[in-house]
Amino acid sequence: MKALSLRQLSKTYRNGVHALKGIDLDVEQGDFFALLGPNGAGKTTAIGIIASLVNKTAGQVLVFGHDIDTDIEAAKACLGLVPQEINFNQFEKVSTILVNQAGFYGIPRRLAKERMEVWLHKLQLREKRDAVSRSLSGGMKRRLMIARALIHEPRLLILDEPTAGVDIEVRRSMWEFLRQLNDRGTTIILTTHYLEEAENLCRNIAIIDEGRIIEHDRMATVLRKLHSEVFVLNLRQPLSTAPDLPGYAVKLAEDGSIEVEVTKAQNLNDIFAALSARGLEVVSMRNKANRLEELFMRLVEGRDAETGQPKPAASA
Amino acid sequence: MNTATPVTAAVLPRGDRRWVGFRTIVIREFSRIVRIWGQTIVPPAITATLYFIIFGSLIGRRIGDMGGVTYMQYIAPGLIMMSVITNSYGNVVSSFFGAKFGRHVEELLVAPLPNWLIVLGYIAGGVVRGLLVGLVVTVIALFFTHLHVEHLLAVLAAVLLTAVIFSLLGFVNAVFAKNFDQISFVPTFILTPMTYLGGVFYSITMLPDWAQAVSKANPILYMVNAFRYGFLGQSDVNLGLSFALMTIAAAALFGLCVWLMEKGTGTRE
Repeated sequence: MKALSLRQLSKTYRNGVHALKGIDLDVEQGDFFALLGPNGAGKTTAIGIIASLVNKTAGQVLVFGHDIDTDIEAAKACLGLVPQEINFNQFEKVSTILVNQAGFYGIPRRLAKERMEVWLHKLQLREKRDAVSRSLSGGMKRRLMIARALIHEPRLLILDEPTAGVDIEVRRSMWEFLRQLNDRGTTIILTTHYLEEAENLCRNIAIIDEGRIIEHDRMATVLRKLHSEVFVLNLRQPLSTAPDLPGYAVKLAEDGSIEVEVTKAQNLNDIFAALSARGLEVVSMRNKANRLEELFMRLVEGRDAETGQPKPAASA
Repeated sequence: MNTATPVTAAVLPRGDRRWVGFRTIVIREFSRIVRIWGQTIVPPAITATLYFIIFGSLIGRRIGDMGGVTYMQYIAPGLIMMSVITNSYGNVVSSFFGAKFGRHVEELLVAPLPNWLIVLGYIAGGVVRGLLVGLVVTVIALFFTHLHVEHLLAVLAAVLLTAVIFSLLGFVNAVFAKNFDQISFVPTFILTPMTYLGGVFYSITMLPDWAQAVSKANPILYMVNAFRYGFLGQSDVNLGLSFALMTIAAAALFGLCVWLMEKGTGTRE
């Protein structure tokens, strides 16, 4: 079953901005899905329409088969949203925010309080139960918004930049939490600026740019479209100049290690052999973790803004 | 962070879920009124006390009787109604605009609540504050004068309809408002003059004919007089017309508010 299905979804704002230009998107139940795109690409507008925060201009939105035009209450009941901006009442207590949100979803107060305890515990906010929400740290505020989105146990959770501005420790712990949530059956759609986050967590991906979906596939398939990968090699003796390896693009990093771009036609054995021949010893190696970023930039920069089709290669 | 099995809910029938949702909005509004009591309850109580001292006790003694009752007894229903009007309006306009401004209106917009229920929840909050402040002002009035209720049903119907109408007007103002100036504009430049000229402090029979005709175009005149009739048994306007106008205004404004929410004006733009 499809958790989310968008058909020819369009949005033109009053000021004439054509934010979505007829997008089609399917997210299967149980998926961990990444929706990526540069600022202003239309991600937040799409999410806003799905969550009923923005009126669409045209098209269809189905949430677990419920059409938001004809069965909005059922569609909303399936959905939990963690927005990009803080949107709880900063004068209310943490517990009040959670219990009230449960109430808006028709969960009786006693049950709401039980649920609140569970989610406060899960998101490590138990001690902050009676704190006024504006006194929370940035990471805690994000976690509170996640707890609030989950209090009615939605089947589909949408997170719009959930880890923006939080430190690496909180981010890692959020990743683990979301992974476990997904393992237990919650479908998750994530937008993020941290492409490493999408690469680590998500199985499927769509890239949106200027209101159009320009890529929609499995993460592995999308990444395979890269014809080369960059490996970082740490050497026993740091170098001051990049070694000349015929056929390979080699760059010297600031710490004296080297970055070697390896195409699909090449192999690492040849590189090791060439380095050994020069008396250079490799002590460790890692894949440079910005593959998605590279692909993203290539896709976004390589498309024609008007047609959404790949731009013709520039002639010399 | 960990993910233990959550507490699962028994799925309630739609009507029950909506009732829980409505009750939650009202509880939240009531909590807000209580939390900021220094802004919601105390100022109208002080204002009313000053009105009773200055207009009722000091100036009122020189004015003498108004249609067989003391001036204090005459203005008391008007002052109660004035506090109901101001506070019903003020509660909804500040709460709903505050929710828009702080973006926590989104908590309601994403929830499976029909728009009419959201409007009803905010209106109930406005009515609660209007009646609460009205009650406080009534208690203060009792320190200054004796209030005899002639027609209880007229008192209750008039105060309830007025609170509903001005809560709805506050909602409309909040929907269109884009900044804090725009939520104080209507109360300052429209509501206050209309209330003062709506027969709170005087009978329109004291005015020249042309001014009486102009006053009759002021809807607040009908509300104040319907309410005053409940206490004193006297009114400057036709009571049937007053209640008919109030009922039509409440229904029309409710329809307008729901339509604005359905359209997404000021909320889903």
